[in-house]
Amino acid sequence: MLFLSKKQDWLGNVRGDVLAGLVVALALIPEAIAFSIIAGVDPKVGLYASFCIAVITAFVGGRPGMISAATGAMALLMVTLVKDHGLQYLLAATLLTGVLQIIAGYLKLGSLMSFVSRSVVTGFVNALAILIFMAQLPELTNVTWHVYAMTAGGLGIIYLFPYLPVIGKSLPSPLVCIVTLTGVAIYLNLDIRTVGDMGELPDTLPVFLWPEVPLTLETLKIIAPYSIPLAVVGMLESLMTATIIDDLTDTPSDKNRECKGQGLANIGAGLLGGMAGCAMIGQSVINIKSGGRGRLSTLIAGSFLLIMVVFLDEWISKIPMAALVSVMIMVSIGTFSWSSIVNLKQYPISTNIVMLATVIVVVWTHNLAFGVFVGVLLASLFFANKISHFMYVESELDEANSTRTYRAIGQIFFNSSGKFIAAFDFKEAVDKVVIDLHRAHFWDITSVTALDKAVIKFRREGADVEVIGMNEATATIVDRFGIHDKPEEIEKVMGGH
Amino acid sequence: MTTDTNRVLACIDGSILSEAVCDYAAWIAQRVDAPLKLLHVIDHHPETAATMDLSGNIGLGSQEQLLEELTAVEQQRSKLRLQQGKLLLQAAKDRVIQAGIANPDSNQRHGSLVESLIELEESIRVLVIGIRGKVHENQPDKIGAKLESIIRSLHKPILVVNEAFKAPQRIMIAYDGSEAAEKAVNMVANSPLYKGLTCHLVYVSKDATATEQLLQPVADKLTNAGGIEVISKILLGKPDQLLCEYQDKHAIDMVVMGAFSHTRLHDLLLGSFTAKMLTTTKKPLLLLR
Repeated sequence: MLFLSKKQDWLGNVRGDVLAGLVVALALIPEAIAFSIIAGVDPKVGLYASFCIAVITAFVGGRPGMISAATGAMALLMVTLVKDHGLQYLLAATLLTGVLQIIAGYLKLGSLMSFVSRSVVTGFVNALAILIFMAQLPELTNVTWHVYAMTAGGLGIIYLFPYLPVIGKSLPSPLVCIVTLTGVAIYLNLDIRTVGDMGELPDTLPVFLWPEVPLTLETLKIIAPYSIPLAVVGMLESLMTATIIDDLTDTPSDKNRECKGQGLANIGAGLLGGMAGCAMIGQSVINIKSGGRGRLSTLIAGSFLLIMVVFLDEWISKIPMAALVSVMIMVSIGTFSWSSIVNLKQYPISTNIVMLATVIVVVWTHNLAFGVFVGVLLASLFFANKISHFMYVESELDEANSTRTYRAIGQIFFNSSGKFIAAFDFKEAVDKVVIDLHRAHFWDITSVTALDKAVIKFRREGADVEVIGMNEATATIVDRFGIHDKPEEIEKVMGGH
Repeated sequence: MTTDTNRVLACIDGSILSEAVCDYAAWIAQRVDAPLKLLHVIDHHPETAATMDLSGNIGLGSQEQLLEELTAVEQQRSKLRLQQGKLLLQAAKDRVIQAGIANPDSNQRHGSLVESLIELEESIRVLVIGIRGKVHENQPDKIGAKLESIIRSLHKPILVVNEAFKAPQRIMIAYDGSEAAEKAVNMVANSPLYKGLTCHLVYVSKDATATEQLLQPVADKLTNAGGIEVISKILLGKPDQLLCEYQDKHAIDMVVMGAFSHTRLHDLLLGSFTAKMLTTTKKPLLLLR
């Protein structure tokens, strides 16, 4: 299943896929280098990873046309691991990440994405954009004015070049920016930092190597705390990107296959000396914009990237960091969801809080997994709160028979149980109380306990209580957890209060 | 709901064969007294990009902008196709009404043809489809690109139309003694479609051992249950060639046979008899699955 793909996924869009693949490959190179620098490893680690992940996901991924490679979200998670234990442990962690993702794929955890609401996704994307931008700041502090001028010039080229007639739309402007700035730096012989200063670039094809770490429990203890968040963040970003591509292209994707594909790609990256990666929102959008749709685009992007890097390493090492920073600022601007700022005014406050909380937690912890966790938690709480608004109790008194009828309507669960109990007037002296639950739903033990409490309290006041109209859902849960119809249980409950 | 599960479904795409498809579908619908449904499928080919912008940059709101752009382009294209499809269906409807069908249904669906047919499979009694669509319209030696996967994925009788309509008088059953052929014979015997037609029961053997006796019980079954006049014949040699020659010689109007009874792998290595028949025959093929 994992290697099966439809013919049209590969050959349905050859021209568009090849051209888009080339554009993406050119944009991937600066990103892979930049993310390696974030992680604190040589640029070749990110470049090998990008090649390997792109090529493997082209075959086994669940979303044709999506670009996966070394990413900023993942790079941020491995900083301390690299600092404390070195590259070999990073490679081992990458392998474990892949294994975890494959397991998650087989357990069909991809469907858990349904718990991640739209506002959490938006928060994730915005936080990612902010993190990518912040990661560029070290390159822009304590430097000469040349660097600022170069960066500004680079951004100018990226955004204004496409407006040129004829060539504007046929040459990728980030490439033009890099070539121009490199040319300027060499011509003026500027003394500014270049990619070559940042570490080793690949000069050969990647070779298969097993990470040089002892295979002990100790190693597992070191890498597991990194691999688990890496696996989670990798899957989150990949599945979110897949959703974005689904929307853009109006075609479905296989989310569980994507998890397995990401896992396999990370295992491959780990074995070829690359860092863990996942799908990239910005690059995937560029791919779709450039006309890429099929698996071929991802394959071309990955393989062309490697060819370029291996044969042009002399030139790539001369690229000034300022050019890279311009490209990365573009990526961060493009990743940011602009509409989420515009929509802040119209959206309900709870949605905005979820989105902003996700952003704040991520920017604070530098860990996208925590942000998503907080976002999902908040969204669930807000949801529970909203649902409990849809519960009310109406009542009427039949004076002739001294009977009070309460009619509960809506969802009764942990959050609305208090409101449910508060609706009863226990001080009223009546002979009979009828609780009509025809239109109510009981969801959990808390709500059942609340009903029990109400019934017992009325009995103690000397009223006969009749509970009617429990629909099936309510009946089963009351049957399993209810105690009010078992006299010997009454004392147990009341004794504690 | 009984009428809904028993339709003659005709696939219309506006190619030259669409008219013949309508006529054959009307002929079948009248003979078996089943409702007729005309289907036009709009395939958007989402695997192919409509726009291309190689500037390779993304800025504020470019994701939203891209979605907007792609939606606008696709909306325009789809509207046009929707309109064209409506006209095609109307023309087809007029044609089958003239042929004597009282209330033909028409249906337009989005998606690929194969997927749409799989979704509709439950409601199909017989599928009528042209041997090639608009893409290969002027290449008489080619069969439609999706035809094989349609035939493989559906488990209903499929009439593949390849020439203008002529009410069938003489049909030929290509019989090879296999389970699929046996099933085909049973279906022919039990269907009102073939009542009063002359049926040539043809068996192509690779060696001379087969005798007419082999065909006798089959012929009897057809005559008794179906009220069909049967002429049995045993030929010696290569099946697809001989069957087509026989078809020409005896002015056969329609060929009935089982289809794709082997696995894809087998057909990939040895070639499929059904595929060969589809390319060689000049008469409509009724494939029974």
